[in-house]
Amino acid sequence: MKLKRISLLAVAVAGVVAAGSATAGATFDAVKKKGFVQCGVSTGLPGFSVSDDKGNWKGIDVDACRAVAAALFGDASKVKYTPLNAKERFTALQSGEIDMLPRNTTWTYTRDTSLGLNFAGVNYYDGQGFLISKKLGVKSAKELSGAAICIQAGTTTELNLADYFRANKMEYTAITYDSSDETIKGFEAGRCDVLTSDQSQLYALRIKLQKPDDAVVLPEVISKEPLGPVVRQGDDEWFNLVRWSLFAQINAEELGVTSANVDEKSKSTDPNVQRLLGGEGVKGEFLGVGDKWAYNIIKQVGNYGEMFERNVGQGSPLKIERGLNALWNKGGIQYAPPIR
Amino acid sequence: MAEPAPDLTRPARPSRLTDPKFRALVFQILATLTVVAFLVYIVHNTLTNMEQRGISTGFGFLDRTAGFAILQSLIPYSETSTYGRTFVVGLLNTILVSALGVVCATIIGFVVGVLRLSSNWLIKKIATAYIETFRNIPLLLQIFFWYFAIGFNLPGPRQSIAIGESVFLNNRGLYVPAPVFGEGFGWTLAAIAVAIVAVLVLAHWARRRFELTGQSFHTVYVSLAILLGLPLLVFVATGAPLSWDMPALQGFNFRGGLTVIPELFALTLALSIYTAAFIAETVRSGIQSVSHGQTEAASALGLRQSWTLRLVIIPQAMRVIIPPLTSQYLNLTKNSSLAPAIGYPDLVAVFAGTTLNQTGQAVEIIAITMAVYLTLSLVISLFMNWYNKRMALKER
Amino acid sequence: MAEFVPHPELPPPASSVGVVGWLRRNLFSGWLNSLLTVAALYLVVTALPPLLNWAFFSADFVGENRDACDSGGACWVFVNARFSTFMYGFYPAAQAWRVDLIFGTLLLLMSPLFFKGFRYKLQLGGFILFVYPWIAFGLMHGGLLGLPVVETAKWGGLSLTLLLAAVGCIAALPLGVLLALGRRSTNMPVVQTMCVVFIEFWRGVPLITVLFMSSVMLPLFLPEGVSFDKLLRALIGITLFQSAYMAEVVRGGLQAIPKGQYEAADALGLGYWRKMGLIVLPQALKIVIPGIVNTFIALFKDTTLVIIVGLLEILGMVQNALNDPNWLGFSTEGYVFTAFVFWIFCFSMSRYSQWLERKLHTGHKR
Repeated sequence: MKLKRISLLAVAVAGVVAAGSATAGATFDAVKKKGFVQCGVSTGLPGFSVSDDKGNWKGIDVDACRAVAAALFGDASKVKYTPLNAKERFTALQSGEIDMLPRNTTWTYTRDTSLGLNFAGVNYYDGQGFLISKKLGVKSAKELSGAAICIQAGTTTELNLADYFRANKMEYTAITYDSSDETIKGFEAGRCDVLTSDQSQLYALRIKLQKPDDAVVLPEVISKEPLGPVVRQGDDEWFNLVRWSLFAQINAEELGVTSANVDEKSKSTDPNVQRLLGGEGVKGEFLGVGDKWAYNIIKQVGNYGEMFERNVGQGSPLKIERGLNALWNKGGIQYAPPIR
Repeated sequence: MAEPAPDLTRPARPSRLTDPKFRALVFQILATLTVVAFLVYIVHNTLTNMEQRGISTGFGFLDRTAGFAILQSLIPYSETSTYGRTFVVGLLNTILVSALGVVCATIIGFVVGVLRLSSNWLIKKIATAYIETFRNIPLLLQIFFWYFAIGFNLPGPRQSIAIGESVFLNNRGLYVPAPVFGEGFGWTLAAIAVAIVAVLVLAHWARRRFELTGQSFHTVYVSLAILLGLPLLVFVATGAPLSWDMPALQGFNFRGGLTVIPELFALTLALSIYTAAFIAETVRSGIQSVSHGQTEAASALGLRQSWTLRLVIIPQAMRVIIPPLTSQYLNLTKNSSLAPAIGYPDLVAVFAGTTLNQTGQAVEIIAITMAVYLTLSLVISLFMNWYNKRMALKER
Repeated sequence: MAEFVPHPELPPPASSVGVVGWLRRNLFSGWLNSLLTVAALYLVVTALPPLLNWAFFSADFVGENRDACDSGGACWVFVNARFSTFMYGFYPAAQAWRVDLIFGTLLLLMSPLFFKGFRYKLQLGGFILFVYPWIAFGLMHGGLLGLPVVETAKWGGLSLTLLLAAVGCIAALPLGVLLALGRRSTNMPVVQTMCVVFIEFWRGVPLITVLFMSSVMLPLFLPEGVSFDKLLRALIGITLFQSAYMAEVVRGGLQAIPKGQYEAADALGLGYWRKMGLIVLPQALKIVIPGIVNTFIALFKDTTLVIIVGLLEILGMVQNALNDPNWLGFSTEGYVFTAFVFWIFCFSMSRYSQWLERKLHTGHKR
């Protein structure tokens, strides 16, 4: 009775009540109706999702949401962010608090099948690595037996680490923190010898050290970590939109369409470019959006390469190489189905 | 036509609506219906939502392999253990830190509470400053402070602070030698048990004798002799089957021995210092509640000062202290759930954290976690109520 | 015979008056006390100067960036540089006056309550408790009178801390009163049991799990298509949690009212609600004001836990700032500053509550 009172009271606070997004198959409509994408991001991981002191979010994961907003509304800024730690991210998505979760989340069998979630694609191919102080003189992960290892709670890294050490018959002590910020603090203070995480994160965390050059990332990559945006099961329309927003960016890079030349390119006679930019053949309505959807993504967010370089690549303090994330025809494995 | 005059001799039958009993009944039925309807509504929503979103349900996950490591475990645990076992590990860690916290907080709290009433001006001021500082700062902040600002500034393993080559302190924790029990140590354990029983019997006998004859018997030294002597005798007689496992620096870290991890240390410290500030105030008001006449009467009877304290003041003060002390113990237990903030593997960190994330079954796991804390609260309340009854004023 | 001439009165021994006497009485009255004093003095002398030195004398207060901190003491420049985020969170700087206005007006409104001669205390108190929060919310959120809307996601810092504690407490008060009345209604065992279960449930679980539940599971409990703002969900959790504690405080007040008051109300023929509303509650609530202030303090400190659900109150903002690559390694300064802010608030409130207790106690001494 009292509970009800409170919730009624709550409903009365009209300005704050957001239209829901829970129904199966209705996420798409709900997002369209409320006019913005509610995007689950990390609490602060440079390169992927991080906010400055004004509360503006940046990063490759943030751009995934911005791309969807650009496709759906023609305006990449129509995104609201919910910072989540690793522990609460899936519950937040399951419960409908957020519409999509591009929070450097690894695509695994269990997550894809038993959590009621779908992975819409891979925006970053990653692998788990180790960060260690140069002073210790360790050259390979095989020498780590007996080490104390800092790790973030509720991640696949926790499981990979256990597997790796068990397979190599080595011992270790895991110090499990709630957030990646705490893992790097623990590493810096010497609570642990090694910090393990996805390699991209290691580079991102390393710049948070007072002396980043004193730590090295070991060469071993002990797992496959395909990271990508996640959505709830049951709304294929929404799933398609998130998936093709990413594919459009990858295709754009392949076709050489960038945010700078997109206007020029839309006059191009290349049928592939024409289809991408909504000129002929395919219609945006298949996705439930306007014909200029891909144009808007590329114009406002950029193609995949631009997004990568700006956030984690050479245009950022992280300076991560493209590696696996180069296009399929340039030595990597980023590959998108064609738009036709 | 005239209306028939009401019969004034008989009181008008009260309307059912104004009958308090009837109204109470109606109101209760309404309230019950509302609450039941509300619960049904919630459960229905949850079930539909979970089904629609394809979230797995049930408690089957407890038998699945967990596959992650836990920093501190009181029972054997490895990556191949089940989620059910992670639950037990987390629970035991919660109980451990709460129990340590309760003991330390009680000791610090009583000492500071007594010092607060000291006639020594400086001591009194320091005690007051302690209380006013620590109870007015959020606990989470204090945990962070002890862990990040103090614990992280200790030296690394290779520059450990060593005490006699067997105890080491560094930023990975406190390393002490661990006892290794050899064959035949069971006899010593049995001797300890026998000694405890003997001391209890002795205490009972001494109390009876005191009540019957008024002669007191100093049980303290005799008990100590029994408690230490008997096991020691047996221990030597069976050939001292005990050795020590010394911690030693090997590779990255110390190995062997017992480790007190800094997370446990910082959490226990913060919990006890914070709670002790409240307990000290409770103790102070408890002691102040005993009127001065009691002290005077006791000295008029010729009781020594230590006896006055033991036999007159403390028993009366305890009656005032115990109820608020209980709620402080409850608070401490609940506050131990802040452990994940510094990575101490308690129930919330291990079970409501990692396990929840690996399985995604939030409803079941949060329900279990809440049930555990409710049970812990209930057990502490029951115990303290029993103790309170024992201490309560028996009026004849 | 010589007249008896008394000796002139001797002054008390030098050791029992003045500074020496005070020292002897208060610091060196016995060997144990002397020992304690020396130990305590040693502690103070070794700990205090380095502490003061770190915090004040060799600390840096002004500057632009971390290069200004070179004198070896605390670097308050960090706090200085991030001060506005600690206070307002991500609230737009151009709109920060709204927050100032809200809390400034609140202070102004509350000040007459401290004066003895002020007559309309009840009306003013009622206004502050039940009307002002809505005005404050409207101002904070905006969207009315041409004020730009500021998303709740941008609220943060100390203003969020105060908001959470205040709203949690105010919303919990009526609920707590109802629960306390329910728990005392012996003639309705079912209602009584329900209230007991409700109160003991919320008192038995840690706030962390409550916040976690309200943050991520509340949407699962609600029908499709209804979902609340994150801040509102946290507030619902805090309110439910707080109402249980409030109920216990109010119950204490109800128990303290002499039975004669209840019987007198019955004798006057007052019904239940009138009896409670006109006779019992006004007296009971007056007694429990200090208790309510104490639960408010507890809640105020507990608001730090909302970090868990991703709301950035003052401690959250400090931690956020500590991750800024430009300001690494100033965690001690950050934590000490936050501790100081909390201490100021909690200490003054607890002093206020003690003062109230003494003031209100006079009428009830028997």
